[in-house]
Amino acid sequence: MFGVSGTGDTSGYGGLVRANYNPISAERPYGSYFDDVADALERAYPQFSDAIERVVVDRGELTLHIKREKLVEVAKVLRDDAALRFEVCLGVDGVHYPEDSGRELHAVYPLLSMTHNRRIRLEVSVPDSDPHIPTLVEVWAGNNWHERETYDMFGIIFDGHPALTRILMPDDWPGHPQRKDYPLGGIPVEYIGATVPAPDERRGYR
Amino acid sequence: MSTFASSRETTEGRIYSVTGGDWDDVTREIGSAKEERVVVNMGPQHPSTHGVLRLMLELEGETITELRCGIGYLHTGIEKNTEFRTWTQGVTFVTRMDYLSPLFNETTYCLGVEKLLGVTEDVPERATVIRVLMMELNRISSHMVALGTGALELGAMAPMFFAFRERERVLDIFEMVSGLRMNMAYIRPGGVAQDLPSDAITKIRELVKDLRKNFKDNEKLLVGNSIWIKRTKDVGYLDLAGCITLGVTGPVLRATGMPWDLRKTQPYCGYEDYNFDVITTDTCDVYGRFLIRMQELEQSLRIIEQACDKLEKLDGAPVMVADKKIAWPAQLALGGDGLGNSLDHIRQIMGTSMESLIHHFKIVTEGFRVPAGQVYTPVESPRGELGAHLVSDGGTRPYRVHFRTPSFSNLQSTSAMCEGSLIADVVAAVASIDPVMGDVDR
Repeated sequence: MFGVSGTGDTSGYGGLVRANYNPISAERPYGSYFDDVADALERAYPQFSDAIERVVVDRGELTLHIKREKLVEVAKVLRDDAALRFEVCLGVDGVHYPEDSGRELHAVYPLLSMTHNRRIRLEVSVPDSDPHIPTLVEVWAGNNWHERETYDMFGIIFDGHPALTRILMPDDWPGHPQRKDYPLGGIPVEYIGATVPAPDERRGYR
Repeated sequence: MSTFASSRETTEGRIYSVTGGDWDDVTREIGSAKEERVVVNMGPQHPSTHGVLRLMLELEGETITELRCGIGYLHTGIEKNTEFRTWTQGVTFVTRMDYLSPLFNETTYCLGVEKLLGVTEDVPERATVIRVLMMELNRISSHMVALGTGALELGAMAPMFFAFRERERVLDIFEMVSGLRMNMAYIRPGGVAQDLPSDAITKIRELVKDLRKNFKDNEKLLVGNSIWIKRTKDVGYLDLAGCITLGVTGPVLRATGMPWDLRKTQPYCGYEDYNFDVITTDTCDVYGRFLIRMQELEQSLRIIEQACDKLEKLDGAPVMVADKKIAWPAQLALGGDGLGNSLDHIRQIMGTSMESLIHHFKIVTEGFRVPAGQVYTPVESPRGELGAHLVSDGGTRPYRVHFRTPSFSNLQSTSAMCEGSLIADVVAAVASIDPVMGDVDR
């Protein structure tokens, strides 16, 4: 009923189960204004199919998965082309998918076009062994702090960033706290004779 | 050596520690030093930095040549923590981010969870109207702190007394409705935790009447006040191009003449059904932002009145989705030993229905499953665009929760606003951004 798989034993501590990330690529027509955006981008940027790995439309939101080498070019086109005009980037944040081998670290950029009143999302994925993404500070200056935060929390290195240092954690902090392999670091709590395990030790349901 | 500044030699040069007193004494001391370049460290424990914000100022005389912010002093790992709790428990964490506008944090998070679940259309109208009502009340209490502390930081004490008097009244309403004055965790995925008490609408209408009258006190004190204008006019200048490239939203953006308010441009929670105006000014300065906050109070009152009208028509309607796999089974009730599950519900699960007991236990401890995917849901918080980026892997816990908080993005513009201006103007500029450090650091 609640989706427990396996033996259904809920007495032990199974830990958290990680799922593989595999969104379904969208087919044309994408619906809503997404086709207009895709058409405009193809017009303004002929190497579209080369740079965009995958287009995902899910829950009324458009996500363009972009190769990191092409990120800056595509971003400039998205910002400057009159039919696109995504003049505001609402920052970047990371997502860590340890099971998605070769593409463990994802950086997600929500974009907003005030001119056309539209939103899309860019997503760039890089392997854990080579966590480099070119910076977008030159394109959207407001990404400065956001990229520092993503570096701080996930260890993604934004090449060309003017001062890529930690921003929320202390400068000498070891590790990148929001990665999935970084423990939450709770301690068990004893309460009236019973011991409640730390949140990251409690059983997880799928 | 003056009594106000003590100094010590380090490898970086001479360091002065200043903890109050007369700035003239400090500059006299520093004036005798050989170096021209002075770096002032302001905060993180400083009464006019709006919380634990640290500012590093490089000065030439009293003019700022470079300004950097040091943040992270209030980082509490809210995003990470939510990954280890159920989707419902997440509300309790995110409400603590921007502690001056908790209901906006809750709403943006819940809108995201609902979108992931695909139940956006199923959220009852009464719940949505209550959300709007609570958010607009919250906008007033949040703007009151912005105005009150902003004025206090510039040396005007009376506006703060008036502002906090009004804020208390709003917090009383929050207490009556949710049981808590802040960090209520009142808005839940699927609706709200419980319905309004029966006398809430009457009390809120009374409050609206009083507030409309009381707001005039601060208006009389500050609008057109020549000292206030001298401290705020043409100070902290940031034009439209600067706002756009830095991703600045909210009153700071609207002070450049840009009528961008998500409640109008990309309505959520049924804001398209309310009559209100988007307030703009075109001065790009601290005074303009102050005027916008002042006038937004009246617009919030208008929305509250319309929400009250709607709620009177929707009396008795549900405030939570009908799906029992999402809605928690129990309504809260005040018992002899405090607030808890209602007695009727306890009687049912303990006395009559084993299945109800199992269901209650499973949904509270295990939570509900949310289909895999990711969403971004923005709302217009008192500070600008607050967006929740939620990722689900199909489990009962969030896979990743990230908040694009307006304070974080807006605070970044401090350097652009202050470099080249006088040191006293930093306080005015930071106050006009109205950063909440819980929101910046999360």
